[in-house]
Amino acid sequence: MPDATGLELAAQRVREAVGDTAVIGTDHAHGRARLDVDPPRVHEVLRYLRDDDEESYGHLSSLHGCDYLPEEPRLGVHYELLSMERRDRLAVRARVTVEDAVLPSVTDLFPTANFQEREVYDFFGVVFEGHPDPRRILMPEDYVGHPQRRDFPMGGEPVLFTFNERKLPRWYD
Amino acid sequence: MEVVRSKRGGSKEDFRARQLSAQQMLRGDLDGQALEEYVEKRMLLTKLEDAQGWARKNAIWPLGFGLACCAIEMITVIGSPRNDLSRFGAEVIRFSPRQADLLILSGRVSIKMAPVIRRIYEQMLEPKWVIAMGACSSSAGMFNNYALVQGADKFLPVDVYVPGCPPRPEALMYGIMKLQDKITNEPELGWRERYQAEGTEEYRAEGSEDIA
Repeated sequence: MPDATGLELAAQRVREAVGDTAVIGTDHAHGRARLDVDPPRVHEVLRYLRDDDEESYGHLSSLHGCDYLPEEPRLGVHYELLSMERRDRLAVRARVTVEDAVLPSVTDLFPTANFQEREVYDFFGVVFEGHPDPRRILMPEDYVGHPQRRDFPMGGEPVLFTFNERKLPRWYD
Repeated sequence: MEVVRSKRGGSKEDFRARQLSAQQMLRGDLDGQALEEYVEKRMLLTKLEDAQGWARKNAIWPLGFGLACCAIEMITVIGSPRNDLSRFGAEVIRFSPRQADLLILSGRVSIKMAPVIRRIYEQMLEPKWVIAMGACSSSAGMFNNYALVQGADKFLPVDVYVPGCPPRPEALMYGIMKLQDKITNEPELGWRERYQAEGTEEYRAEGSEDIA
């Protein structure tokens, strides 16, 4: 992980290379460094970090979604970058709203993103523009809705111990 | 170790008499009343359904098909010498549904998997049986959510439910023995009888016109 200073330096390099507004913010906590980027420019930022940066990251170890329900913009997509040569990691995050959940696909940079972007689309409804095969991957193809969103109903059916489910406060109440 | 031969069928004289009558029968010396008695003593009378059920219960062929974590326990039952399912005549595992007649639903059944399982079930030979193994395939267990079928009996006729999370191998073997009891003692509880599905068989006798 780059330390806090290294993260700021990396953010500055990205701003110089891609554009001043490409990096919205940085976060360094619990030994993890993260860049918050402007959603439409995720592809450019990742290409810069993969190819041209002096501390480049050649491997996308994970791509996943997240729903921060009370906050806005609600949805977040995390790109976990890894440099095998330097044994170094950097996280990139893009936040999008539910109404305009569109991100550029990075499958041309990292082929591993193919299935993972399909999973994020399946569970969170983030559309990746330019994806070669934008179908659902885990839920049935005729399924309606994106079940990992926090406001999605749990589903299932009433059983013996669900009668007081509504009475107990939940984490976001 | 000393081998002790147990005495069957009474005294030494009885044994000698049976031996003598067997010799006479083989030589063709028995006829009339004596032959009738000889045959009656050596016959076992039963009903055709009972004989059929006895044969079926001791020749269950399970399908080698795992769904989730219960499959590990199922594999130790159907595929390990420790539990040795051949003691109960169900050790021939087939990996093709065309050759199997017992489907063990070992694990959670997701909504996406349900049509696949239904298709496998329909490919299996009749008469066929289903064991719902574990809490998930019986009632979705703790997964009361959007992804799972809430109990495999929503889309399949299930014969035996084995509770547990996962059930121990002994529990699954007990379930198989329960199924054997059902096959021999209550053949009218097969799925065709329960669902009044007689006449929907795909195979008809030769010469009949409507072969589905």
